[in-house]
Amino acid sequence: MATVPAANVVATLARTRPRMKVSAWHLVGLLAIFLFAVFPFYWMVATSMKTQAEALASPPVWLFTPHLDNYVKVLFERDVLHSLGNSLIVAACTTVLAVGLGTPAAYALARFEFKGKQDLWFWFITNRMLSPIVVALPIFLMARNLGLIDTHLVLILIYLTFNLPIVVWICTDQFRGVPKDLDEAARLSGASRFTIFWRIALPLAMPGVAVSAIFSFIFSWNELLYALVLTRNVARTAPVTATSFMSGYDLPWGEIMATGTLIVFPVIIFALMVSKHLVQGLTMGAVK
Amino acid sequence: MSNNKKRVFPTLWNNTRAAFSFLAPATVALALIGIFPTVFALVNSFRQYNLARPKDPTPFIGFDNYLSVLNDASFWAALGRTGLFLVTVVPIQLALGLVIALLLHKPGLSGFKLLARMSLVIPLATAPAVAGLIGRLIFNRDFGAANALLAMLNAGPVEWLGDTTNAFIAVALMDIWQWTPFCALVLLAGLTMVPNEIEEAARLETRSRWQIVRYVQLPFLLPSATVILILRTADILKMFDTVFTMTRGGPGAATELVSVYIQRIGFRVFDQGVASAQAILLLILTIVLARLYIKFVYREI
Repeated sequence: MATVPAANVVATLARTRPRMKVSAWHLVGLLAIFLFAVFPFYWMVATSMKTQAEALASPPVWLFTPHLDNYVKVLFERDVLHSLGNSLIVAACTTVLAVGLGTPAAYALARFEFKGKQDLWFWFITNRMLSPIVVALPIFLMARNLGLIDTHLVLILIYLTFNLPIVVWICTDQFRGVPKDLDEAARLSGASRFTIFWRIALPLAMPGVAVSAIFSFIFSWNELLYALVLTRNVARTAPVTATSFMSGYDLPWGEIMATGTLIVFPVIIFALMVSKHLVQGLTMGAVK
Repeated sequence: MSNNKKRVFPTLWNNTRAAFSFLAPATVALALIGIFPTVFALVNSFRQYNLARPKDPTPFIGFDNYLSVLNDASFWAALGRTGLFLVTVVPIQLALGLVIALLLHKPGLSGFKLLARMSLVIPLATAPAVAGLIGRLIFNRDFGAANALLAMLNAGPVEWLGDTTNAFIAVALMDIWQWTPFCALVLLAGLTMVPNEIEEAARLETRSRWQIVRYVQLPFLLPSATVILILRTADILKMFDTVFTMTRGGPGAATELVSVYIQRIGFRVFDQGVASAQAILLLILTIVLARLYIKFVYREI
């Protein structure tokens, strides 16, 4: 130890100094990311716990006694509890339907060679990218003629336009990861194609199915345009209700933000659960 | 063994009929809820059809709706505004996203990196409609947080949502908040594709951070950037919720992006014929984008 030349020690110190400086910048950068991402969310939650006077204070108050009156009010006096129920019904049903219809399709896309595969893939992608307004215009007229305006059913069905493609992409990817040998072995022992799918491939693809279900739920829960156009009072979903407070002059900001928090909070929990697959889901499986 | 397999299994996997039975439910469902309405919109786009006059006949008028859309300055203005929005937000999202991705990729401080990474989920999970509501609150002239922050810097107050330029900037800022994390995570996925040995070898060669980004990491980032460019273009063409809850497209038409504009023509002006023609034009743009996505992004189908 004693033989280590002093010059070496000095050199080592000189090298660690700038490294510590760099890592301080790294820390500042990471904290900046955190503040940037969290601030608007924090502002929403904070406002939801303010009184109307505090919410409208100018300049804004940063320190206040939080209270939950706005939540009690929106849940039990306004329509929000009912709307959250509607959102839950619609999102859950459309997710079940999307998974039920989408997983066999994904299996076929992952396994079989057939004509028109490219076109089918292209069609699914177009559906995901298409502006809802293109479908909302005709669907409104059709739903009106069929008496389906303001029902859960019309939203459950129309949300398949974006949920089905998501389920198909994520699950196709997952099925590709299940070895074909298993299917082939089962085939040799006489299992039918459907049995192979149902008893062998699907259980092994469950992680992907779960991720796609969560995505489908989140997108349906968050959707505004179709719900705005296709519902009135009975089947109105939570985002539409939150938007409906925005009329008149003195906006009840505490209540609006309480509703917003109630909408966003469960989604954040779900999104954290699938955070590893977030990119895969949002890029339609193009980036993992 | 593999020869053997080929003889036994071509009928198992090379079978259009079997594939069809698995695909039929999803395809039929999507056709009913996706294609059928689109065809209906196509038919309506050749009709005179105003919801505000329900007793009027809805005769076919050929390409008149398309002609009036293509000659309509407000439609082109909405498309132009959408393009301006795109070239405003996407470069900023790419640049900020790259900085964030590099910070998250840099070795060390793993606890803080995890915290930062988790926090990126929040903007992504926030319903765009709620993001618009938050934007309306934050950019309020009197009690918004944006002006409070400016006041700390002895600037402002800025009239955000009442002024045409500032409202556009405010909506752009909310979009940057909401979608920069997406760009960051996609670019981060690209960065993790760089083989460790190559990156370490480069670090031994040069101390210049920029050179490493430019010559080692950039080639791996290009596919991610392509994904971001195409998807963000599609998202901005369909962007509705945030704008609607934040500004309703106003003041005037200052923040009226193309989907908001078509929604107004169809459901607030009630001209279904013209709105359908606009929607079909938007559909054509989307199809081009989807083609590009397939061509540049998916290598194997």
